[in-house]
Amino acid sequence: MNNIWAVVKRELSGYFASPVAYVYIVIFLLLSGFFTFMVGGFFERGEASLTAFFLWHPWFYLFLVPAVGMRLWAEERRVGTLELLLTMPITAWQAIVGKFFASWLFLGLALALTFPLVITVNYLGDPDNGVIFAAYCGSFLMAGAYLAITCMTSALTRNQVISFILAVVICLFLVLAGFPPVTNLLARWSAPLVELVASFSFITHFDAFQKGMLDTRDVVYFLSVMVLALFSTSVILRSLRAG
Amino acid sequence: MSTIRVEHLTKHFGPKRAVDDVSFTVSTGEVLGFLGPNGAGKSTTMRMVTGFIPPTSGRVWIGGHDMWENPIPAKRLIGYLPENAPAYTDMTVYGFLSFVAELRGLRGQARKQAVHRVVELCFLESVLHQSVETLSKGYRHRTCLAQALLHDPPVLVLDEPTDGLDPNQKHEVRTLIRRMGEKKAIIFSTHILEEVDAACTRAIIIDRGRIVANGTPAELRARSELAGAVTLQIRRVAAAEVSRRLYQVPGVKRVSILEEQEDRVRARVFPAQPGINGTFTRAVGEAVQGWVLEELRVEEGRLDEVFRSITMPDTVRETS
Ligand SMILES: Nc1ncnc2c1ncn2[C@@H]1O[C@H](COP(=O)(O)OP(=O)(O)OP(=O)(O)O)[C@@H](O)[C@H]1O
Ligand SMILES: [Mg+2]
Repeated sequence: MNNIWAVVKRELSGYFASPVAYVYIVIFLLLSGFFTFMVGGFFERGEASLTAFFLWHPWFYLFLVPAVGMRLWAEERRVGTLELLLTMPITAWQAIVGKFFASWLFLGLALALTFPLVITVNYLGDPDNGVIFAAYCGSFLMAGAYLAITCMTSALTRNQVISFILAVVICLFLVLAGFPPVTNLLARWSAPLVELVASFSFITHFDAFQKGMLDTRDVVYFLSVMVLALFSTSVILRSLRAG
Repeated sequence: MSTIRVEHLTKHFGPKRAVDDVSFTVSTGEVLGFLGPNGAGKSTTMRMVTGFIPPTSGRVWIGGHDMWENPIPAKRLIGYLPENAPAYTDMTVYGFLSFVAELRGLRGQARKQAVHRVVELCFLESVLHQSVETLSKGYRHRTCLAQALLHDPPVLVLDEPTDGLDPNQKHEVRTLIRRMGEKKAIIFSTHILEEVDAACTRAIIIDRGRIVANGTPAELRARSELAGAVTLQIRRVAAAEVSRRLYQVPGVKRVSILEEQEDRVRARVFPAQPGINGTFTRAVGEAVQGWVLEELRVEEGRLDEVFRSITMPDTVRETS
């Protein structure tokens, strides 16, 4: 536990050592504002809810989360510190989990900083704060799933850009699998297939959270994506070391 | 007690055999120098010893713990300086050392003291709060070396510890290694043969993945063709006469004339059995009686020659 915490602290200090972290948070907030107000039509909806805000999360996480996670292992491999880290008296799993948690906390911080939106809707009307809370939980879990996949692609290469692109592509599949235009297209072809494919999608599982439901199945889905992706990361790292 | 024990270590990268059946032991109080040409497998061996890469076959014990069955206690005993001295570029020297100290299980006051100790040992005061990214190569190397010493480990594995250091620092680091070697088991690799004499109690030469020589620096030097040869400088005797008489020395292998001037000849007599040998030396001394000697020297043998003759047997030439 101490080892995980040491890794978490190092990673977080790594983020905040450069202005990139602050720039990232600003971009995150600007983008979420842009999507909510301009694209999502926050005011036109005429309702006191954050639907317009959360609706876009699967899409802007597609780029924002890989941007946070791409350096996790790629940089470690490029600089050679991987050798240092993995010859310390810690397990590879502790290192993987520590790095993952650090980035997840960072994303959580960026997400938490969107709280003015919550205040705004509460000021303008009388929203269901339970729904908003559930949606925040879902969004945070979904960010974790994106991040775990980025962790995995980051271990695959020394090049951050390649790890970014791979993560975007994999996540795009997982988003599109439940995106209505795609599911409609598939539905014309084979209905049972749609359900199967859609059940792997971030969108499908994020949906219920947006409606205010904390369904165990959705929570389990996101957690299993994370565990699976982090487990793959450990397999990749092991095979890397074996040469 | 042998603190590092390596048995039949082998590593394949695809079809390539980077390390081939390497076995050795290092006890507390020993400093083992690892020599070998580029690509010989020194770093690969060290990576297996420190638990970074798994061997294809063979075993490693550190202080009685099997590195692959019980890695955490084994790794606790090791301080490791990897090749090229990697360090987290987004941290300051102090932050980096504190982080490693924490992973080494040092907390609070103990951690501060440990960092302070290695900063002094590796002369890092002046860059303590500088970012690792902007350090010069030598300072980055020293930072990474400092990292290996934080927990005062009983085992040190140093991959080219003096690489990139200025001559003064090279000297400091060698002295440090020799001093620490009295209480630790140390393996270090180097391409600088003087370091073997300056710091090692024993050296291994590794070539194409195999150990080709293992012994004290003196033993290795004795394997040189030059070892035990006698070099002479004589006045007022013709080279042909010198050569003729020296060939009659019992146990002689070869006489070579190194230099020939009007009234002066430099010659070297090689014994059939390399190695310093009193009988042979005396026999040479008797053979030259009556001549005007300006120099008479028994050669110890040279490590660079041994190194070359072992790792490049086809190209070895006689050196003066
Ligand atoms: N991860 C790897 N994949 C494939 N081959 C490798 C890998 N690591 C090392 N090798 C090969 O193994 C051999 C031994 O390499 P190693 O780095 O151990 O040499 P070295 O003795 O440390 O050389 P140097 O003096 O140049 O540092 C080399 O031929 C190298 O190309
Ligand atoms: Mg090397």
